[in-house]
Amino acid sequence: MNSIKEYFVSFYKGLKSLLIGMKVTLRIFFRKKTTECYPENRETLVIAERFRGTLTMPHDAEGNHKCIACGLCEMACPNGTIHVESVTEVNEETGKKKKVLTRYMYDHGSCMFCQMCVRACPHDAICFDNSFEHAVFTRGKLVKQLNKK
Amino acid sequence: MFDFAVVTQWVDTLLRSFLPDQAALLVEFLLVGLCLLTAYALIALALIYGERKICAWFQCRLGPNRVGPYGLIQPVADMIKMLIKELIDMNHSDKFLFRVAPFIVIISSVLAFGCIPFAKGLEILDFNVGIFFLLAVSSIGIVGILLAGWSSNNKFSLIGAMRSGAQMISYELSIGLTILTMVVLSGSMQLSTIVESQANGWFIFTGHIPAFIAFVIYMIAGTAETNRGPFDLPEADSELTAGYHTEYSGIQFGFFYLAEYLNMFVVAAVATTLFWGGWMPLHIPGFDNFNMIMDYIPSLFWFIGKVAVMIFIIMWFKWTFPRLRIDQLLRLEWKYLLPINLINLMLMVLIVVFGLHF
Ligand code: SF4
Ligand code: SF4
Repeated sequence: MNSIKEYFVSFYKGLKSLLIGMKVTLRIFFRKKTTECYPENRETLVIAERFRGTLTMPHDAEGNHKCIACGLCEMACPNGTIHVESVTEVNEETGKKKKVLTRYMYDHGSCMFCQMCVRACPHDAICFDNSFEHAVFTRGKLVKQLNKK
Repeated sequence: MFDFAVVTQWVDTLLRSFLPDQAALLVEFLLVGLCLLTAYALIALALIYGERKICAWFQCRLGPNRVGPYGLIQPVADMIKMLIKELIDMNHSDKFLFRVAPFIVIISSVLAFGCIPFAKGLEILDFNVGIFFLLAVSSIGIVGILLAGWSSNNKFSLIGAMRSGAQMISYELSIGLTILTMVVLSGSMQLSTIVESQANGWFIFTGHIPAFIAFVIYMIAGTAETNRGPFDLPEADSELTAGYHTEYSGIQFGFFYLAEYLNMFVVAAVATTLFWGGWMPLHIPGFDNFNMIMDYIPSLFWFIGKVAVMIFIIMWFKWTFPRLRIDQLLRLEWKYLLPINLINLMLMVLIVVFGLHF
């Protein structure tokens, strides 16, 4: 007797859940589509702020950056993507030695966007912006100097 | 309502006017074959496009939209790609059977396709056991599938083909019984008569409860027959790569692909013919003006519209339900569908005997 009851109960349960499933998918069928038609909607495209696009070194209005050439980012980088080149300058008034950044080289082609460098930087001198159109014709163009002077 | 018999008669008299009878007949055969194959290919392209779009919408995507306006040229591009691909022979496969298999599958589906009454006066194969013939030829396809799996010397193909065999044989039973139920109601096996007898109301309305149950079972079994999700175990991409047609490439794969979509069309068309009046417009007894207006819509559009709705339902199944396991699949058939079907047939017989239908 029990198995007969189970037979009918399972039948109705199954039928009900199938119908609920079909209702759900039908609702989704008419929902707004999430696909972005990319090259057409380039003007209106919204990229999340925290998206890791390109490593940049923000410069202020006078063209100064915050990098002190400590090299922590270079050491933090698992890929050897960053090369910090610096010279030691001696301050003439105080006689103190100070490292000054000459070239901050970033090879976009080997970066895996782990953001370790940004985390390691003690002065928040580098950050990721969300520009993502990286395609270039030769690999050499992917190596960029981030500091402007 | 426009009767396509006018056109066919005209062609017939035209041909007979300058050709001897036999030659005229031969030319007619060729013409019919040509039209059939063209329609077959065009419908397949439309279905592939439709499937991709509908699948996309169910997943909140847009689907193909790059090649041509709204991606309309996409299936054509796919077809060209498929046609120019190389046909690869497997080592140690049974070459003859390997090559024959796709033809068996496609011939069975073309034959079934030829039985469908498309519009008023537009039936190709129409004789007194039409629906029986349709059932018979559509089951030839399984031979092709089994051969494909067997001859390609690949265990996945073989498993896929065997599953397909088990599935088709089980669900053929359900299809047969639901069709039998409707044959009981219509009293005829001739497809054109079945459609004609729905002039005063489609069978789904006149046959009420048993017709509706039969319709639901038919749709489930039909989905299983065409090897589509949730019954796509023979292909089960995640376990068997592609099942019985894993080893096929180029146009041979194209044949399987075409046949799969056209079988879906045939299933939908038979559902339309048996339950939803075929090409018959919606007639409500008593509303003469309404019936008149409905008659102005060409019968071909009625047919295509109804088939499109049926196909949508089948696709809806596919993109809603998860795939069944083989034991669940067989349990569904033998434990649920078959008993319900038999009781339903009984009910239909009683209703017809006591004249309880409309
Ligand atoms: S994101 Fe990672 S890989 Fe890229 S430069 Fe920074 S530390 Fe190196
Ligand atoms: S970017 Fe930051 S971590 Fe890297 S050298 Fe400059 S200050 Fe140091």
